[in-house]
Amino acid sequence: MNVLGLVNYWAFIFLMMVGFYILISQGNLIKKIVGLSIFQTSVFILYISMGKIRGGTAPILMSEGDPVYSNPLPHVLILTAIVVGVATTALGLSLVVRIHEAYGTIEEDEIHDHDLA
Amino acid sequence: MTAHLPVLQVVIPLLAAPLCAMVRHGRIAWGIALATSWTTFGIAIRLLAQVQAEGPISYALGGWAAPVGIEYRVDLVNAFVLVIVTAIGAVVTPYALKSVEQEIDAAKIPLFYAAFVLCLTGLLGIAVTGDVFNVFVFLEVSSLSAYALIALGQDRRALTAAYQYLIMGSIGATFIVIGIGMMYVMTGTLNMVDLSVLLAELGPNRTVAVAFGFLSVGISLKLALFPLHFWLPNAYTYAPSAVTAFIASTATKVAVYMLLRFFFTVFGGVFSFDVMQLDRVLLPLALVAIFSMSLVAIFQANVKRMLAYSSVAQIGYMILGISMASVTGLTAGILHLFNHALIKGGLFMALGCVMYRVGSVEIEAMRGLAKKMPWTMAAFVAGGFSLIGLPFTVGFISKWYLILGALERDGWQWWLVVGLVLTTSLMALVYIWRVVEAAYFQEAPNAESPGGGFPGEGTSAVVEAPLALLIPTWVLIVANFYFGIDATFTAKVAGSAARSLMGIAP
Repeated sequence: MNVLGLVNYWAFIFLMMVGFYILISQGNLIKKIVGLSIFQTSVFILYISMGKIRGGTAPILMSEGDPVYSNPLPHVLILTAIVVGVATTALGLSLVVRIHEAYGTIEEDEIHDHDLA
Repeated sequence: MTAHLPVLQVVIPLLAAPLCAMVRHGRIAWGIALATSWTTFGIAIRLLAQVQAEGPISYALGGWAAPVGIEYRVDLVNAFVLVIVTAIGAVVTPYALKSVEQEIDAAKIPLFYAAFVLCLTGLLGIAVTGDVFNVFVFLEVSSLSAYALIALGQDRRALTAAYQYLIMGSIGATFIVIGIGMMYVMTGTLNMVDLSVLLAELGPNRTVAVAFGFLSVGISLKLALFPLHFWLPNAYTYAPSAVTAFIASTATKVAVYMLLRFFFTVFGGVFSFDVMQLDRVLLPLALVAIFSMSLVAIFQANVKRMLAYSSVAQIGYMILGISMASVTGLTAGILHLFNHALIKGGLFMALGCVMYRVGSVEIEAMRGLAKKMPWTMAAFVAGGFSLIGLPFTVGFISKWYLILGALERDGWQWWLVVGLVLTTSLMALVYIWRVVEAAYFQEAPNAESPGGGFPGEGTSAVVEAPLALLIPTWVLIVANFYFGIDATFTAKVAGSAARSLMGIAP
């Protein structure tokens, strides 16, 4: 287990931080959704990496040989999480559409000014 | 049939949701939602009675035994939470009919009830399941439908409030999945009971500690623990009245239940409080929440927003009880779950009546309202008494147990906690009094429409709210006094639940 062997986990942490940073730093509502998606997607890599075994195959029962199987459970869990992510993005984007209709802008500080006015 | 009650608790509302969306008729959809909420309430009461008589119920979903299959596990703690959530659902749904017809476009009403029932599904699912990944899925079901419900508010700020809640809520939920993933890496199981055994065998471990951190932050975001509460005031203020009443008295309560479940059952009280010293984080945050949010509430001009800040403070009381990590403290926390649901449900429903007639919940607009809407304002005042914690109300019972829990502990600093609980009760008196003063002792403003809600509906034309709104409101208000005078049932259940969480035989 050296640094290179953990490359997937480094990718997970990097993507998580990128997404989180976009979420905090951007004032544009669409860009925030982009950040949120990256943030959520990073978790998929975490789950998929933990279930994968080097040389492991898909969990299909084979008649000959003694194959090594990857753990399918985290992969299945992530299917659920992907659906949740899609639903979140869709709802978020539709809210942005409604906000644009109501305010005529999707910049956070401009919306704030509208509310004060 | 009765053997399948734990899963029916979730399946019935889950099936009712698409049905509501398909009927395309407001009243029929409401009828479905009403039948659903009452059925789930009936099931929850049955489950609580069964758990009290026979001990925890374990239900293997699809016949797959735990820990391989998903287990639904009902013990005293979540049976009690199920009763709270379904009871509020059963009272809010009849109330919603009139309130929603006025506040939401007729075309959207069936979809409103679909989202409402889906939100109920998610909250019940979190409470009933014994599988940590299932918790995440149901959490997202309830959260996504809650975002949609809040966005249906009339004010355009409801949209930004829902957006804000979506961003914060999704960050919280993602933190929870990361925590769950790390626990899975270390143990290879998702079943709560199994996890608690395997994590205890594992001993102190950095991955588990990191998982603990992610889960703490994620759950704290969901339950709006100070300083992660920024999504809450706007969401409660701009949501439709019925939604505020429902979400304020259930969503954060279920999040508190999640906190209890993860920290006491999965990680174990010893790991959470002795090794990780969670109380050193929770206790100061709870105290700051109680004090600062009560203070902020005093200066709000919008009564709904005032109660929203007060909710953050009340969540502080629950966390304060939990952070004592003693049986009395936990009992206080669990009792306040129930009591605060009654208090805030009643208060927000009374405000919904005001919104229905006046079209605004600004304090300005409520001047002189007591003469025109005596029953509504009486309900608000009675609920306010309970929030303050006067004797013979449920608020008093909660604070009584909290103070008992604090006095059990040695050290002068616990006397400060007692002092703070009493001081903040007085602060609640101040902010409730501002409304009482406006409604009872000030003259009504002139005929022009206040707050600009509905044209032509000035305060002069305001009359008492319809019975369809008043009766559900008063049901909760009377419950405030009933369980305040005779707290034997709630205190007994909360006490046994606390003992079972602490791992002491009830």
